[in-house]
Amino acid sequence: MIKFILNDQLVETSVLPTTVLLDFIRKEKKLTATKEGCREGDCGACTVLVGEVAGNRVKYKSVNSCLMPISDANAKHIVTVEGVNNSVLTPIQEAMVDEGGTQCGFCTPGFIVSMTGYFLNHDKFEIDKAVDSIGGNICRCTGYAGIKRALEKANGAFSGNGSQAKTHLEKLITNKFVPQYFLDIPKRLKQIPAIPTKAKSKVVISGGTDLYVQKWEELVRSNADFISADAKLKGIAKTKNRIRIGGAVTIEEIKNSNLLQKIFPHWNEYFNLFGSMPIRNRATVGGNIVNASPIADTVNILLALDAVVHLRNGKKNREVALKNFYKGYKTLNKKPDEIIEAVSFKVPPRNFFFNFEKISKRTFLDIASVNSSIYLELAKRRISVIRISAGGVAPIPLYLAETCKFLKSKSVNTETVLTAASIAQTEISPISDARGSAEYKRLLLRQLIYAHFVKLFPEQIELPIPNTNERN
Amino acid sequence: MSNIDSIRHVRGESLFIDDVTLPEGVLYGYVYYSPIAHGKIQKLDFSSALKSEGVRGIFSAKDIPGENQIGGIVPDENLFAEDTVHFIGHPIAVVVADSLIHARDAVKKIKGEFKKLPATFDPRQAAKKNELIIPPRTFEIGNVDQAWGNCDYIVEDSVESGGQEHLYLETQGSVAIPIEGGGIKIISATQGPTAVQRTAARVLALPMHKVEVDVARLGGGFGGKEDQATPWAVMAALAAYKLNVAVKLILPRQEDIRLTGKRHPYSSDFKVGLNKEGKILAYQATFYQNAGAAADLSPAILDRTLFHCTNSYFVPNVRATALSCRTNLPPFTAFRGFGGPQGMFVIESAIYKAAQIMGVDPSVIQKKNLLIEGDEFPYGQKVVQPHAKKCFYEIETRFSKNEIYRKVKEFNSENKLVKKGVAVMPVCFGISFTTTFLNQASALVHIYTDGSVTISTAAVEMGQGVNAKLRIIAAKSLSISEKRIKIDSTNTSRISNTSPTAASKGADLNGFAIINACKILTERLRHVAAEELKAGASSQIEIKDEVIYHNGEKTDLTFDQLIQTAYRNRISITAQAHHSTPDIYFDTKTNKGKPFAYHVYGTAIIEVTLDCLRGTYQFDSVKVVHDFGGSIDKVVDLGQTEGGIAQGIGWMTMEELIWNDEGKLLTDALSTYKVPDVHFVPKEIRVHFLENVPNPFGPLNSKAVGEPPFMYGIGAYFALLNAMRAFKPDLKINFSAPLTPEKVLLSLYS
Repeated sequence: MIKFILNDQLVETSVLPTTVLLDFIRKEKKLTATKEGCREGDCGACTVLVGEVAGNRVKYKSVNSCLMPISDANAKHIVTVEGVNNSVLTPIQEAMVDEGGTQCGFCTPGFIVSMTGYFLNHDKFEIDKAVDSIGGNICRCTGYAGIKRALEKANGAFSGNGSQAKTHLEKLITNKFVPQYFLDIPKRLKQIPAIPTKAKSKVVISGGTDLYVQKWEELVRSNADFISADAKLKGIAKTKNRIRIGGAVTIEEIKNSNLLQKIFPHWNEYFNLFGSMPIRNRATVGGNIVNASPIADTVNILLALDAVVHLRNGKKNREVALKNFYKGYKTLNKKPDEIIEAVSFKVPPRNFFFNFEKISKRTFLDIASVNSSIYLELAKRRISVIRISAGGVAPIPLYLAETCKFLKSKSVNTETVLTAASIAQTEISPISDARGSAEYKRLLLRQLIYAHFVKLFPEQIELPIPNTNERN
Repeated sequence: MSNIDSIRHVRGESLFIDDVTLPEGVLYGYVYYSPIAHGKIQKLDFSSALKSEGVRGIFSAKDIPGENQIGGIVPDENLFAEDTVHFIGHPIAVVVADSLIHARDAVKKIKGEFKKLPATFDPRQAAKKNELIIPPRTFEIGNVDQAWGNCDYIVEDSVESGGQEHLYLETQGSVAIPIEGGGIKIISATQGPTAVQRTAARVLALPMHKVEVDVARLGGGFGGKEDQATPWAVMAALAAYKLNVAVKLILPRQEDIRLTGKRHPYSSDFKVGLNKEGKILAYQATFYQNAGAAADLSPAILDRTLFHCTNSYFVPNVRATALSCRTNLPPFTAFRGFGGPQGMFVIESAIYKAAQIMGVDPSVIQKKNLLIEGDEFPYGQKVVQPHAKKCFYEIETRFSKNEIYRKVKEFNSENKLVKKGVAVMPVCFGISFTTTFLNQASALVHIYTDGSVTISTAAVEMGQGVNAKLRIIAAKSLSISEKRIKIDSTNTSRISNTSPTAASKGADLNGFAIINACKILTERLRHVAAEELKAGASSQIEIKDEVIYHNGEKTDLTFDQLIQTAYRNRISITAQAHHSTPDIYFDTKTNKGKPFAYHVYGTAIIEVTLDCLRGTYQFDSVKVVHDFGGSIDKVVDLGQTEGGIAQGIGWMTMEELIWNDEGKLLTDALSTYKVPDVHFVPKEIRVHFLENVPNPFGPLNSKAVGEPPFMYGIGAYFALLNAMRAFKPDLKINFSAPLTPEKVLLSLYS
């Protein structure tokens, strides 16, 4: 039996745990505001909020309900637009009407949900973050201008009143952003027991953001184990000189990790380029690794960090270096019964250089044409440690061994970089597909290697400009 | 007064096809289609599919009681392939089962065997083989052959523009419900309810009165549901008719992208001649339109390419020829701009290349050639009240064009790996269906005894805000509060013989029809009031803001009482009226006439920043001066402009359709076909409503708005080219859109 609160209503259901949350909401519960736009997490029309108890409050995340198994809704508060509606329009809804933030209306409920999620989670308004919160919502009508105006306007309504309210949630309720019943949700959620972990089945679902895209028809008729809530697979921790990330840690958790942000100053920016917020809220690092996509962003970063994959089969544990984990296109150094318990890497020393580059047709919410990460240490002005990864240029997420070998002990200068980039060309075998021609991917990798060094050592690199007798 | 549709949208209360409560026992349809681009069907075996769980029927060409024909302009397209398939995605059968998943399972069990035939995907190759949908069309004015001699500069080149997936958020879909007497009611997401009705009747061999089509709203259309909502509705109708049970057919996203037509890709040649001052003296162009496997709306779209081949400029000598070329791709169809953007992109490329050779900025040539009063378009229509110059000058003054150019130049001299580019894009777009007979509409206005009003027209709401505008027009016409008025669904039983909601004409045609109907009602009510008040002639009565005046004096008679009185006096408080656009005509033999009621004008200035190391770009700003006439609803008009710009920039930059050598679309999902997201759109969009430009040819002096702003996006292409040339002055320019990050990077480093 799966139990959760859908808007204001307690739901108990015995549908198959793999049932797609969107289908349950629309077909079983006849709540039709949440729309199916693509069934691959790429449009956001199906966005709902998933609220989870965190202390005495509930923390809300936006997710794509088209890719979420209902099992993971257990003991959660699922919010659709119907659950946001008051007798009068909420300030967000009103602003969307007034500013022309809605035209055909099909994407609109998803936007309202994402925007409401933003206000639930932030007591200080920052337009950039507010815009990021709708980064997973596609609108084909408005050009987003009215939607951005609506965000600003809704913030005006929030900042205006309710300073006497005790908590952020009370202030939102006073200002009619969400209905009164939100206050009781923490108490009600705490009364719902967790689902006991089942025996092993053949199918293991983590975030499901790729599996449900690939074969939802199969999944909704299968038994499966759900590991995304498994406490043993959660957490990002520093142990001695290593960072250990649990296999079911979400990309958004990795992105927001204080620990990692402290080590890598631009960490947050790298992960902004991964999917969208609703995808990152569900996708896990373990899933990203086993999916074995040659352009997996997290894998690309972890390769440059020389990560180790920790595999578990019952009580048996095994470790494999990530760069040895991929044997060929979508073939892994992993037995069927093994799951990824964690991934770990060495904490970098005080002085190190790191950069991640990703180019896709659309900068955000897109899959890379080519991505690349670099990790570098200098000793006596020479490269002492170097690791470069490249995605989208081979059947597997690639570690550029030869390029790294060449760069070792070299000093950083233009000539070294140009040579390194040309050596990289000998290690790759890109193919032409929807993400670009092989020729483009080759050029792109060269440029990204240049970009790494231009970004990390701007004073030392002077790239040749195609034509120097410049006129403007 | 707030837009009622918007209020429902933000609360999630607007019902789309998939949200409608269905009759008990409804079945679900799924389409089986050709896996090859061209070939003979050797064998079709449905036997194991028919035995699959939940399957109730499989219907193909042989099950059609009437004609297997869905072509509109040209009868060249079957609903289901018979012996030959003409494109990947050509429907062969529809499987109907008790759930979508069962229908999908069954489709996988259909065994089809095909014999491949040679396939063509390139329009120029098709033209060589004389595979044309209709004979070539040529528009001509002056004499280009003589004019070349007077030119100081003559420039020639080729131009490619890509197709574009509509990507309406609601995919194609409909529900068909059998009704008594052997009829069918179809709830459809279509821009053309009558097209669905007519085609279903034809396929089912029913009189049109036995088919009722109802449309509440569309989750986006953009032209993609003008003709191409029809097949899915008709398939649902066929299955419902055969099984006598309701059938729902909604295309999942990937099928929607694979099976439906898109904006036409074009391949074109131009030759342009100018004098030293930059005056364009002659322009010659040949357009090869990739029509796909059937005519669909291609001939009309082809014509609009010719109508707009000189954009906002006067050119005294023009010869423009267009060929609609049959290929083995899904039939391409209407998309915002309807061929106009493809035509404009070519002359803007011609101007760009001429400017490059003359060593001036393209805006110098653009400005020199803008339309003025009395100029003649290549199709013979005279220019009346043009605002081309007004808009262009306002760009210079209000948005400080020269200052923008100066700052871009300054930025480029200070930055090596990042460059900016700027371009100006004037637009002139003709308003009316160029198929003249479509320029008609009717409205049905009911006043109920409680004073509430329901209005039906042919207009379909798809996000363009036509309902909001029609409500305002009706409220003003009856001089009553908008609160009294409901705009009803579009229904072929209430409004017959509807023209599709297209050509930006929804509010114009249907608005005028409402005005006519309201005039009739107002006249009747004034008579009733005159009698009731014993006031003599009805001319002494005026109804204003729901108050009844006699000789300018307010009376005690309320509007509600007046309605009651009319009803009790057995006076009809329902009116139906028709409107047809006056004074338009077009002779398709001479290709001369006055096809348009009026033109819309505007100018945009677009700025972009290009990362020359990575080939990626961000649009900094789009500033627009646009001629809305007297805007009926500024929120709606602004939204149409901003949305059109985003879509236009998408077409020019990232939206890329890639087919493999077999004619299979590789970009058939949202993960591979990318449209603008919130981060991609220009950081700043500013729209200035040109002031004091009432339009006598539009309802309440307004102008149509749906399509014209799309073409501002063309400026994005040239802004990008300028940024690229700032990095690489000897850039080899191929006029080929979309200018994806891939093309940018490859040309920067080739």
